Amino acid sequence: MRSAVIVFPGSNCDRDLAVALERASGVEAAMVWHKDASLPDDLDIVTIPGGFSFGDYLRCGAIAARSPIMRSVVDFANKGGHVFGVCNGFQVLIEAGLLPGALMRNSGLKFVCKDAEITVETRDSAFTSSYRKAETVTYPVAHHDGNYVANEDLVKQLRDQDRVAFTYRDNPNGSTDNIAGILSKNRRVLGMMPHPERLNDPELGGVDGNKMFTSLTEALVNA
Amino acid sequence: MKARVYVTLKNGVLDPQGAAVQHALSSLGFNGVDAVRQGKVIELDLDETDAAKAEISVTKMCKQLLANTVIEDFKVEIL
Repeated sequence: MRSAVIVFPGSNCDRDLAVALERASGVEAAMVWHKDASLPDDLDIVTIPGGFSFGDYLRCGAIAARSPIMRSVVDFANKGGHVFGVCNGFQVLIEAGLLPGALMRNSGLKFVCKDAEITVETRDSAFTSSYRKAETVTYPVAHHDGNYVANEDLVKQLRDQDRVAFTYRDNPNGSTDNIAGILSKNRRVLGMMPHPERLNDPELGGVDGNKMFTSLTEALVNA
Repeated sequence: MKARVYVTLKNGVLDPQGAAVQHALSSLGFNGVDAVRQGKVIELDLDETDAAKAEISVTKMCKQLLANTVIEDFKVEIL
């Protein structure tokens, strides 16, 4: 699986994501700077890491979503490529128009940094096929603006199309319908607030995050 | 020519920051504040000299970047 990690000024989970991708696939991830005009050739997946791109100025992810490389990322997605955004990466994907809804300030106003129990809502994607349906995993969350906002119509659409990938068991941020992660219409773009890439080594608390990256490797290498 | 853009949350979108400000006002003894909505003001210095053209261009800027129209409304003032 050939992967790329987009790096913005203020990204801070880019190395974690690269290590997780490399461990699962055995192939080194390409680190792509936000000012680059194009992506490497023949990629299977583009990933957008967590962090505080551009200092969260204006709105979280707003400036990053308009940086030069994002035009290529949107093109890649529109051509059916797989794109994965975690935390700030989720915010960037929403600001770039690749996923619907909005991410606002946590309803409790505080930065939330803790382990959160997450329920797997669908196995029907390259990201989630290695999980069991309704499986609960515990992933770290660390964000100030993770409150997913969607109107009734959008929630219904996401539910009807089985596009809610993950929900919180104990909602930490006020997200509509406990939503923690969603898929695009073609199921090839996933954005989520919890951090599977931070849980890939027993020394760092566990390896539960591997499931995401082994799912991807299995799905995309055999595709 | 200058433009001033007001970005505010749409009606119906919960504003936890506004709610916190309202709470703080009430603990300072300012009673009778029924609701607080927080937004932002963005001031732009423009080369444009035609007010109508400036308004069109700033409106475009709002839609593309300055406001997230999923949750925010904006108002443009040309000064």
